[in-house]
Amino acid sequence: MIGLVSYLSFFLTMAGIMAIIVLGLNLQWGYTGLFNGGVVAFFGAGAYGTMLLGGRPEPGQFGGFELPFLLAFAGGILFAAALAWVVGMLTLRLRHDYLAIATFGVAVALESVARNAQWLTGGARGLRGFPRPLEAAVDDTFLYGLVFLVLVLVVLGFVWWGLERLVRSPFGRALRAIREDEVAARALGKNPARLRLTSLVIGSAIMGSAGGLYVAYTAFVSPQDMVPILTFQVWAMLIVGGAGNNRGAVLGAILIWGAWTMSGFALARLAPAELQLVAGSIQFILIGLVIVGMLLWRPQGLLPERLTTLSNPTAVKAAPTTSKGD
Amino acid sequence: MIQTVLDGILTGSIISLGAIGLTLVMHMLRFANFAYAELMAIGAYAVLVFDRVVAAILPPIATAMAPLSLTGSLLVALVLAMVVTGVSAVVIDWLVFRRIRAKADPLSMVFASFGIALIVRNLIVLIFGHHPQLYSQAIARAQVISLDPLILIKPDQVFVLFAALALMAVFHLVLTRTTFGFSLRAVAENPTLAQVAGVRLSRMIIAVWLIGGALSAAAGMFYALTNQLNPMIGHVFLLPVFAATIVGGIGSVYGAVLGGFIVGIASGLALMLLPAGYAPAMPFLIILAVLLIRPNGLFGEEIQ
Repeated sequence: MIGLVSYLSFFLTMAGIMAIIVLGLNLQWGYTGLFNGGVVAFFGAGAYGTMLLGGRPEPGQFGGFELPFLLAFAGGILFAAALAWVVGMLTLRLRHDYLAIATFGVAVALESVARNAQWLTGGARGLRGFPRPLEAAVDDTFLYGLVFLVLVLVVLGFVWWGLERLVRSPFGRALRAIREDEVAARALGKNPARLRLTSLVIGSAIMGSAGGLYVAYTAFVSPQDMVPILTFQVWAMLIVGGAGNNRGAVLGAILIWGAWTMSGFALARLAPAELQLVAGSIQFILIGLVIVGMLLWRPQGLLPERLTTLSNPTAVKAAPTTSKGD
Repeated sequence: MIQTVLDGILTGSIISLGAIGLTLVMHMLRFANFAYAELMAIGAYAVLVFDRVVAAILPPIATAMAPLSLTGSLLVALVLAMVVTGVSAVVIDWLVFRRIRAKADPLSMVFASFGIALIVRNLIVLIFGHHPQLYSQAIARAQVISLDPLILIKPDQVFVLFAALALMAVFHLVLTRTTFGFSLRAVAENPTLAQVAGVRLSRMIIAVWLIGGALSAAAGMFYALTNQLNPMIGHVFLLPVFAATIVGGIGSVYGAVLGGFIVGIASGLALMLLPAGYAPAMPFLIILAVLLIRPNGLFGEEIQ
């Protein structure tokens, strides 16, 4: 029984961390229409940033400053945000797909730094040893798992609350305005490049926070956490749940993470020996099929975006003119 | 240094071949196609299959043409693979991109291409396995061109460079000397205006996929011939071909060719300063540099 509860809390903790990333992507893609092809880069920046600031010192290794958790966590988030700011500054005034290529490139570049910069990232073996928050107060591992789950859910709830307020604010309306019709938004005095940059940076900071939580949970980070598949998983979660709807984003995270875990189990148990080596590839194909299939047959996702303006025609007129959100 | 530049030129010719079709597709269909480099992988593996088939049917042509490790059957297989890869590019467009084009914005196509890349790459793993393979077990010895500084060149590399240049020259002639080439350039320049002038856009899209697929197949085969064949070819070349198109300016065929060589040589030179493990990051640095200095690329038109 304890085993089942303990596994369930592990599963929900991971799903919660994923859901936070999906919420960040939802702000970028769902509300602003930005294609982030390197989600894993911002997650990884948060993870490595938090680890470097808050981890334990090791001989011959930069970092390990043992800062208090909240400071390290904030540092990781800032690092992810700064990375997004640089990429955004360079690409957001150009054709839309430049951002896709550049973010994809950031992910490739960061992965190779994680693998090679031994002094900074520990290279292939990664960085180990992180004083986990509240660990001293809770000495039972089972109980600590539950406490951490609550911590993740608190952060998830906070991000959710913040995003709901943000997208309902004039700023959120302005984001949707530039997504739907950039020329019209510009004519109303909005600055699309700046709005996009803000959205990209906030979304990436949220992804960074998920990275920080992940490091605090596992007390370990390695290049294996920087592999491209995470980007694909998060995209699948968002498209399944429904872009432009935070509820959908969280639902998608739980569904896809559940499907991913269960397909992993099923393949490990049932697949014949010769298929075990390529079991990962079968899972990757499933993720790819989910993405393409959803785009073809249900692009709005399970829970589509709900535009309140549709039910309230006066709001359509009022929204753009009253917004001061840029 | 000279060795690095020579290797860079060779890699560059492969990147150029891959980038020609990508730049046309990106310009005509207005989306960054993350699945494009997987055509190189499809082509390279198609060559492997056809080579075995042809060698089984016609054993006499399956012997290596010394000093190359290249065989007659490999050449026949290359031609067949170019056709097959071109057709698979058209099929992917027909199954997915065409349908998304009809109802959604270009960024949804970027998204779809992302998924397709994942599917294609892992289907290849499923069919052929993770392990690297070679077309032929024959050892192609590198020729010593000079001892000081030490310069080594494999005969296969010389073949690849000339074959790549020949393919580009043929494509250049098609572009400049045929009616079809004129229509293609017209569509690349201004799709709407070209349609007004009587060019069938849907046909041109098919043609571009065929050409892009064929050139990518050659690029994939050339890489596999001079290095090795593995399912990650598409992933490895994705960023370099994007970098080449951005350096050259999206939509410019000659820009893509030049961009390919620049990316190949610059990456090689940069790795004289940095450890080899950073190789995958080089194209990204080149993209950043271009975006900083000249966002439209060498020959690109003004982009809003």
